[in-house]
Amino acid sequence: MKHIWRFLLQKFLHFLLLLVALSVISFVLVSLSPVNPVDAYIGADVMRVGAEQRELIAQRWGLDQPMTTRFFLWLGQVVQGNLGTSMTYNQTVSQVIAERFEASLALMGLAWLFSGAFGVLLGIVAGTEEGSLLDRVIRTYAYTLASAPAFWIALLLLIIFSVTLQVTPICCATPPGTLAVDVTLWQKLHHLLLPALTLSVIGVANIALHTREKLIEILHSNYALFAYAQGETTTGVVLHHGLRNVALPAITLQFASLGELFGGSVLIEKVFNYPGLGDATVQAALRSDVPLLLGIVFFSATFVFIGNTLADLSYQIIDPRIRFGKST
Amino acid sequence: MTKPAIAISKEVNQPPTKPKGLIYWGNRRSRTLAIALLCFVIFSTLLLGAQLVGTEGLEIALQNRNQPPSLARPFGTDWLGRDMFARTLHGLSLSLWVGLLTAICSAVIGLVLGTLSATMNSKVDAAITWLIDVFLSLPHLVLIILIAFAVGGGVPGLLISVSVTHWMGLARLLRAEVLQIKNSDYVQLSYKLGHSSLWIARHHLLPHLIPQFIVGLVLLFPHVILHEAGLTFLGLGLPPEIPAIGVILREAMRYLSAGYWWLGVLPGVALLMAVKLFDILGASLRLLLDPKTSQE
Repeated sequence: MKHIWRFLLQKFLHFLLLLVALSVISFVLVSLSPVNPVDAYIGADVMRVGAEQRELIAQRWGLDQPMTTRFFLWLGQVVQGNLGTSMTYNQTVSQVIAERFEASLALMGLAWLFSGAFGVLLGIVAGTEEGSLLDRVIRTYAYTLASAPAFWIALLLLIIFSVTLQVTPICCATPPGTLAVDVTLWQKLHHLLLPALTLSVIGVANIALHTREKLIEILHSNYALFAYAQGETTTGVVLHHGLRNVALPAITLQFASLGELFGGSVLIEKVFNYPGLGDATVQAALRSDVPLLLGIVFFSATFVFIGNTLADLSYQIIDPRIRFGKST
Repeated sequence: MTKPAIAISKEVNQPPTKPKGLIYWGNRRSRTLAIALLCFVIFSTLLLGAQLVGTEGLEIALQNRNQPPSLARPFGTDWLGRDMFARTLHGLSLSLWVGLLTAICSAVIGLVLGTLSATMNSKVDAAITWLIDVFLSLPHLVLIILIAFAVGGGVPGLLISVSVTHWMGLARLLRAEVLQIKNSDYVQLSYKLGHSSLWIARHHLLPHLIPQFIVGLVLLFPHVILHEAGLTFLGLGLPPEIPAIGVILREAMRYLSAGYWWLGVLPGVALLMAVKLFDILGASLRLLLDPKTSQE
């Protein structure tokens, strides 16, 4: 138990260091941007805002101060939990992120579970039938998916299921024209299904191929041979010796793939017009909404970091060989 | 890229044992070599494709609007009557040029930082390893969007953001490779025999690094092209007046519900095939250049 705490503390310190680095890097990057923040804020009202007013806005924001002063002013606010106000959504950044992430969480969570279950299943099937036609089909499928653009697969599925078959809705998270309170759970799930399926399709390839590799290694091992000699069937070997060994790389990969999942959701949400965090990221960049963009940068870094830490932790829990305290 | 391939092909001439029955395709190495050459030829054709085809089919012809694919127009036409096949070809050609440029930039950054981190003192090594960790701490696409925004978007934004976000994997790989070679017995012996570090770098390090570098460069291509297309698709990359694959797919989105499926499907297939081509090329090159598999 003591080791786990030490491990977590170490991770946490790493994380703090990372956040400091990220804040410096992203602040410098954003400050270097040729986009004028006042222009971006004024937007369509360019004609109605005079030079004096611009100066006042710049003064209010502290744009007349040198960059280092601005950085510490900004950092001071961030440390207090104030990420600023998003002008795209006219809400505080933390509010936007919380709201948007709730929608994205359902999408990503479902996709995460789908891709894990589906990937392991395909990997096990391909691994047990190594060299067969089925194995080759699954491998071709995985390799092709690995190099297919995510947004194009989303387009393809939209064309098949929404336009041609008309079984799924074509956009958004809720039916257009209904109030948020009137939306039933079934409607939500109905709108969630296709985006989640698309997002999971991307993650399947990696995990299926790794599971297959690992299972083949196990089935060719001496202990599997011994089990066969004792009269165990292939199914039995897979169930009793395979699953636990296969679970290790699968779970680790799943947690480590959270960053990829986030990136995929940016593209998928764009195609499906799904009001999640990915959509907000694109809007923030398109409309030069700097506070929101920085907030999302911090949030996604936290997200990825938690995924990686969970991957490390799951390693310790599942694999008895590398438990805490047993290592050097 | 062709030099090592030619050197290898000389050794293939030894009489291999012919398999019975089936048509004889040569041994695995000559087959891999043929595949790699074929990929290379297709790649060069695509790169020059836009110049070969010219601007024919790109102009607006309203009388040919929204035609489904036919023999004369294999990819159909869009809502302005432009030939989708010509547009796709131009888009692919552009994607490949962008890919070539950004992949080379990324690979060079990876090579420099990877070798620096392995050969300089431990402080530099720690700094570079940490830099890699920081770059990997964000979702790849979010990092690309952030940098593209910081540069101001458009073509320079796309080129810079994609170039500086794909070097981490290769840098790690090359660092490990250099470290391993540096600590191997024959290099230690070479030192003891009085060779200078420059001599060792040229005679022991480079022959190992160049193949790794080339394979890494080719394998970067698929990622770079997909991220370029993705960023453009989101509206943060290439401007909409350029016929790029991302732009084409973005426009196709608006005509989805009208049932014009060919606008989105066929250019996507072309992109997928181009990406697949590089996967195969990279895998074949690795088989040929890796000392462990090149003897089979």
